[in-house]
Amino acid sequence: MDAMPRELSYSQAIQEAMAIAMEADERVFLMGEDIGVYGGAFQVTGDLVERFGADRVMDTPISELGGAGVAVGAALTGMRPIFEFQFSDFATLAMEQIVNQAAKMRFMLGGEVSVPVVMRFPAGSGTGAAAQHSQSLEAWLGHVPGLKVIQPATPHDAKGMLLAAVADPDPVMIFEHKLLYKMKGHVPEGHYTVPIGKAEIRREGSDLTIVATSIMVHKALEAAETLSGEGIDIEVVDLRTIRPMDKATIIESVKKTSRLLCVYEAVKTLGIGAEVSATIAESDAFDYLDAPIVRLGGAETPVPYNPELEKATVPQVPDIVTAARDLVRGKR
Amino acid sequence: MATARKLADETHSNLPFAYRHYGPDELKEVLRKMYLIRRFEEGAEDSYMRGLIHGTMHLSIGQEASAMGICMPLTAEDQITSTHRGHGHCIAKGADVKRMFAEFFGKTTGYCKGRGGSMHIADVSMGNLGANGIVAGGIPIAVGAALSAKKLKNGKVVVSFFGDGANNEGAFHEALNMASIWKLPVIFVCENNGYGMSTSTARSTAVKNIADRAAAYSMPGVIVNGNIFSEVAEASHAAVERARAGEGPTLIESKTYRYRGHSKSDRNRYRSKEEIEDWISNRDPIMLFEADLKEFGIIDDKGIEAIREAVRAEIEAGIEFAKASPSPDTADLQEFVYTEPA
Repeated sequence: MDAMPRELSYSQAIQEAMAIAMEADERVFLMGEDIGVYGGAFQVTGDLVERFGADRVMDTPISELGGAGVAVGAALTGMRPIFEFQFSDFATLAMEQIVNQAAKMRFMLGGEVSVPVVMRFPAGSGTGAAAQHSQSLEAWLGHVPGLKVIQPATPHDAKGMLLAAVADPDPVMIFEHKLLYKMKGHVPEGHYTVPIGKAEIRREGSDLTIVATSIMVHKALEAAETLSGEGIDIEVVDLRTIRPMDKATIIESVKKTSRLLCVYEAVKTLGIGAEVSATIAESDAFDYLDAPIVRLGGAETPVPYNPELEKATVPQVPDIVTAARDLVRGKR
Repeated sequence: MATARKLADETHSNLPFAYRHYGPDELKEVLRKMYLIRRFEEGAEDSYMRGLIHGTMHLSIGQEASAMGICMPLTAEDQITSTHRGHGHCIAKGADVKRMFAEFFGKTTGYCKGRGGSMHIADVSMGNLGANGIVAGGIPIAVGAALSAKKLKNGKVVVSFFGDGANNEGAFHEALNMASIWKLPVIFVCENNGYGMSTSTARSTAVKNIADRAAAYSMPGVIVNGNIFSEVAEASHAAVERARAGEGPTLIESKTYRYRGHSKSDRNRYRSKEEIEDWISNRDPIMLFEADLKEFGIIDDKGIEAIREAVRAEIEAGIEFAKASPSPDTADLQEFVYTEPA
């Protein structure tokens, strides 16, 4: 009898990746607020401090700007820090170090240095934490040359992409949706990497391409399952990396299905959906389109506290089902 | 510059620090480098006026003793982070003015291959992690470099240069706090030249001395006359010794003055001609250092003239090298954005 494939939660997968990275390389260490005995605001670092000690699982003061800068400086001078933000919203406090320093240091110095820092950002809504603890700011950082920005959607990818990030010589920003932390999935033992910059087709289909990110990949898959009962065959592309974006996979998929729906949680305008749409509009896939491109993104509002309002802020499965059906049935 | 030798003569014990601590050749080399900084700044300014350098620049004329004094106890392996007014720090840490001029001229032979310019001048081979266009941007980075030094146990110390303007940035306070709680081998050097662009420290800063802020982070706060080389060097030696011994950071406030405006757009409306003239005539760091060297019999007028002449030739050669160097190819625009091309 075959053993069941091993399952871990998304947060356990990240923790395992960090432990493997620290085992393998003395230079790897963790920094962040309350990541030690507390275990991190979302228990991602958990008990790692017991295994690796407080020098390698370093609690920082509540100093996002300074802390991020220390991580950048350490990366610049031979270490491999993994810096945890308590919430991705707090990136706003550290933008200077991320955008002006980490992203540009190698370029400004003519390639004489590199900044192999990894920053982790618990992101997204759905936890009742209201407007300052629920944002999806990945497109902000995706706009900055010099950074790599990833959004793993499964425990398998969370581990493999984090290990790829640690090995990457450039700064990698990881956006982890908070509602994914408890999701379980197959995670292989030991060291493996999932490449940064490569999208993954999660479901093959012929009628419509849904390009989704992070938690929306799962919602898109659920919608696709529902619509398969109506004879609609949907392809779901998990973007996984927003910079550098895997344009080839998107273009190939749309050439096959002739329809494109982008689904993402961040505020709809000026975001990832616009970039994916423009990728098709600027490519030869444009000639294959049988329907307008549609974007489903977050509402043009801060994330509210009330749970019903909060849900209404981001695309839900029924929204995706309706949008996809309308597209395929020619109602758009 | 780090090989400090005592003159080893007890009769000299009342001399100021530098004249007890360094030999005559080292002191003459300090004078040469102070001239090199000044003439470099003048050469850069002149080249800018002639349209050979574009953009803007922030000159450190008047602050030469501060850069040199701080860098004296540093080895080539020790690191610094610098500021937008960073040409002097770069030279003091051992950079070649040829490659600095080449950078300012935007040439591929420049330290940053023409991608950084004046505001990002760096010489990583000599431990200069770079000037920084963001006020206080380099301070947390220096603390990170010091954290690396501690973790890697490589014995390095890190100096973070910044100006008076930076002491009101949050990054300054966050960085000093972390350096202190983790006892990191870093020296914070505030070169207080009296003005953050046009706003005087009196109008911008709630404490009388920026060094007073060290108390809030449980580290020594030392005030030195930044125009007197020996005073600066003495404070730097003590701070470096403390850092190397694992005792943690020091904040040095080096009080000095910049003769030129903040940048090339400055009309000097916030200070008087008399004030500037007073600093130039009575407190010039090179003039004060030369007077000491002569008084202590280390150099004479002929020796000084020889140094000036050598520096003049080095600056001239640097500018010629920059002029003759190739410009980057626009096809290489995206080089250095990432380590490995996408």
